Amino acid sequence: MMHHIDVSSVLRQTLACDLYSNLVTRSTGAAVRDQIESLLDDSQERALAVIDFSHVSMIDFSCADEVVAKLLLRYATDDAPHDAYFLFRGVTERHWDAIEAVLERHGLALALDAPDGVQLMGVLSDDERRTWEAASRLGHADAAGVARETDAELRAVEETLDSLCRRRLMMRVDGRYAVVGSTYE
Amino acid sequence: MTTVITVPPSLDDQSFEQVLDQVAPLPSEAKLLVDARHVRWASPYGLTALLTLAQTRSERPTLAVPELDETASYWARTAFFQHAEGLYDLRGSYPKRRDGGGESNVLLEITPIGKSDDVHSVVGRVQERAQQIIKTELHLESKAIIGFAMTLSEVCQNIIEHAGQPGWVAVQSYRWTKRLGRRVVVIAVCDAGLGFRRSLESAPGHVPSARWDDAAALEEAVIRGVSRFRDRSRGQGLAGARNYVGRWKGKLSVRSGTARISIVPPWDDDVPLDEGLAPFPGAQVQVILPEAQGGAPDR
Repeated sequence: MMHHIDVSSVLRQTLACDLYSNLVTRSTGAAVRDQIESLLDDSQERALAVIDFSHVSMIDFSCADEVVAKLLLRYATDDAPHDAYFLFRGVTERHWDAIEAVLERHGLALALDAPDGVQLMGVLSDDERRTWEAASRLGHADAAGVARETDAELRAVEETLDSLCRRRLMMRVDGRYAVVGSTYE
Repeated sequence: MTTVITVPPSLDDQSFEQVLDQVAPLPSEAKLLVDARHVRWASPYGLTALLTLAQTRSERPTLAVPELDETASYWARTAFFQHAEGLYDLRGSYPKRRDGGGESNVLLEITPIGKSDDVHSVVGRVQERAQQIIKTELHLESKAIIGFAMTLSEVCQNIIEHAGQPGWVAVQSYRWTKRLGRRVVVIAVCDAGLGFRRSLESAPGHVPSARWDDAAALEEAVIRGVSRFRDRSRGQGLAGARNYVGRWKGKLSVRSGTARISIVPPWDDDVPLDEGLAPFPGAQVQVILPEAQGGAPDR
């Protein structure tokens, strides 16, 4: 199930005010994240949420921490409430400094829907990045295919793919691996 | 008996210490006459700090307003008198209404900050004018505009998260002839609340270091990003403000209690840490963003 979440709309609902398009303050960020999580609560199955910042004028550090970092942290755990994945869209230089800072602080990474395709942003090991890029080139691939593509040992690749799945950057589909965002539309 | 507190003719973060030096020995119930008659110029820090000063007194003080029409008119435009009427007995004549006409250096008039909505309002109001001034007068890249709004938001949130009572914010732009010879945009955020040391002491399991005082608390919060909240998400706001001023060769100063810590740019000769100042409750933050002076910003 795919959700398109326009953060600006969620912000306006949260504040009950049409005047603001800036994502600022920690309490606002927490309220926006609650709204996003309640939308995901409606999903009974695996969910892909496209978190769209296109109409957000700017975001500060505190809000980015609540909306982006805490959302990723909550769903990248073994006791996550849902099997949810996130693709971030509409992120520009108006948002990037704050988002990058919180990703670095928590050692997180996210999938970004950029004009030239899905990209990973944030904190990743070289192995994770190389494996993700190989899987992205291959489309739905099994671990053996990714190992061949990266010229790496199968067991190491399996571990890296598992790590990427835990981090919500890839998903397992019928025993194969797909990068988040590769098949969302 | 009323004690007269003389306000220096040029009132900024440095000269405001002269005011505090006079006030510090007096009990909070002492009757004060804050004499600002001869003030010719005041920075946003000076004005917000004057309001904050009144909030620290249990006996309502009197303020003798500037005699110079130009100064009084400027203070009126910043909404100083509007707020001061609720805190001081004002003596002397001053413009009752803000002059709304013409170009103004006041990007954001003095505004109370007490809740999250206030921060939304402030950031929204200042954004358009700040964008114009940062681009056309400070000649900085567009990234500086976003960072400015983020910094403004974070320093205002410091009041909501830590002060325990409302404070004040003001943003102005002016040519800083005396010290820099260039145009600047200045954010001042002042409160008379808990202050950094008491805020950090309220953290669960807080164990003070061997040298624990206002200066140590400021170093913890501003340099090391420590917060009273144990959530490691916290403490990013001032760290972000520090990075922002570093990138654009600006200055960040945070005064709390008896100490003031500053991120000092090459153009300034201030000390990084000033200790043993006259005690003053709460926290007083100033961000100065200067006009670019050739060359690319530090990355």
